[in-house]
Amino acid sequence: MREPERGALIWAPVTILVLLLAWQLLVMLLRPPAYLLPDPLSVFETLIARISLIAPHAWVTLVEMLLGLAVGVSGGVLTALALASSALLRRPLLPLLIASQAVPLFALAPLMMLWFGYGMTPKVLMAALIIYFPVASTCYDGLRQTERGWLDLALIMRASPLRIMLLVRLPAALPSFCSGLRLAAICAPIGAVIGEWAGASAGLGYLMIQANAQMQTALMFAALLVLIVFALLLYAATELVARWLLPWRAVSHR
Amino acid sequence: MASQASAAPPEPLRSRGLHLDIRAVSHAFELDGQTLAVLDDVSFELEPGESLALLGPSGCGKSTLLRLVAGLETPRSGDILADDAAVTAPDPSRVVVFQDPTLYPWRTVSDNVALGLQAQGVLDHNGRLRVVQELERVGLAGFAKAYPRQLSGGMASRAALARALVNRPRLLILDEPLGKLDSLTRIRMQGELVSLWQERRYSALMVTHDVEEALLMADRVLVFSPRPARLLESIEVGIAHPRRRDDPRLITLRRAILELLGAA
Ligand SMILES: Nc1ncnc2c1ncn2[C@@H]1O[C@H](COP(=O)(O)OP(=O)(O)O)[C@@H](O)[C@H]1O
Ligand SMILES: [Mg+2]
Repeated sequence: MREPERGALIWAPVTILVLLLAWQLLVMLLRPPAYLLPDPLSVFETLIARISLIAPHAWVTLVEMLLGLAVGVSGGVLTALALASSALLRRPLLPLLIASQAVPLFALAPLMMLWFGYGMTPKVLMAALIIYFPVASTCYDGLRQTERGWLDLALIMRASPLRIMLLVRLPAALPSFCSGLRLAAICAPIGAVIGEWAGASAGLGYLMIQANAQMQTALMFAALLVLIVFALLLYAATELVARWLLPWRAVSHR
Repeated sequence: MASQASAAPPEPLRSRGLHLDIRAVSHAFELDGQTLAVLDDVSFELEPGESLALLGPSGCGKSTLLRLVAGLETPRSGDILADDAAVTAPDPSRVVVFQDPTLYPWRTVSDNVALGLQAQGVLDHNGRLRVVQELERVGLAGFAKAYPRQLSGGMASRAALARALVNRPRLLILDEPLGKLDSLTRIRMQGELVSLWQERRYSALMVTHDVEEALLMADRVLVFSPRPARLLESIEVGIAHPRRRDDPRLITLRRAILELLGAA
């Protein structure tokens, strides 16, 4: 599991460069109208030329994503902890958590807007909601599936439930938490943009819709590009967090 | 224990071995609504400082018996007495070393060894000294900061052993502790387990699937039937350490035991 991920960090830029090159060549060969498919060079030009327009929108989306991550991840982790440590909570909440995975969360975006208006709140909530479920369920799985031998030793030492949680179950669940975090990083931009598409006055998703309406396709692509860069940076950040939380995974096998 | 340790000089490594009395213990599991009888009326005693090897066909119930003795499970019927007190829960005086060393992969070797003391809330300065001392004893001082995945099979077994011994158990319970080692490492570890036991004088209860290993290491060998495990025979080895695997007495006993197990 570890090797391909480490490779991804190195190879992603190379792959992207090759794809951009192919795109550029394709546009140069086929010459489609610019409002259908601009070439990457003009997308970059637009990005630079209109950075003062794009930057405030990018900032809004970035904040929505990060706040959504903070709320969604902490909510998911707390839920997992509650489920894992109390049978009383588990009985009513677990079926709810499982059933809610089937709810098409995107469909809730207009409702969020209705309840919380056009501002940042519904976008943050949308991102948080999309992040919450995968984080809660991966963390809960990690907390639940502690190897018996690991628990037995702590039991033999008469460790209190709190100590067992802190010394064994939590660290044993850290790899699952990191998987959840990775999923969260992937979901965060989706959540924020879906929220913006449902109705907004700022943000990259809003900018894309506006650009689309005015057939400024290059601007739309420029906004998309910024969003992709954010998503990649976010993913890379979770990779760093994972390495910091799981230093033992980085050591070589004997 | 911690307060006493900080004032007094370090406690002696030798522990008073535990006296274990297993009285008519039977156990069963419920599997898919069916009852799976695992132990059938097992009785034996383990004298303080004695080492006992349990032999029996795979799946007969040996590990289950060890878990009962450790207090990790409660028998369906019968009594398990540790120094005349009924075993009702696990206790650090009865430590288990499992076949899979079950080291915590996220902890360094030294932190793995420290876990027992930390879990009991007694990892003070003296405790840390004990950790270092045990690592030195099993020859892992140079690997204190390594992670388990960086260890060879033999080193992982030593780490698991140190992690048990640092708690000064009065009964060491070993479930096929050398089961996954290559034969050379295994032979070396057999010798080390015996010398540790001679040094510390804890009582020892060990499951192995290797008849020769049982005869090389234990004072007495208990042979069990296929599941549900019944005690077939208790065999006194009566050969002084260090034992040689080509000792004619050992070879005779080995043949007799293999016959009991239906493998000769
Ligand atoms: N927790 C459990 N639940 C149900 N069956 C079990 C459990 N633990 C062990 N068994 C069954 O009990 C029998 C004895 O297992 P075990 O004590 O591990 O055997 P041994 O150690 O002698 O190989 C096996 O058939 C095993 O499948
Ligand atoms: Mg077993």
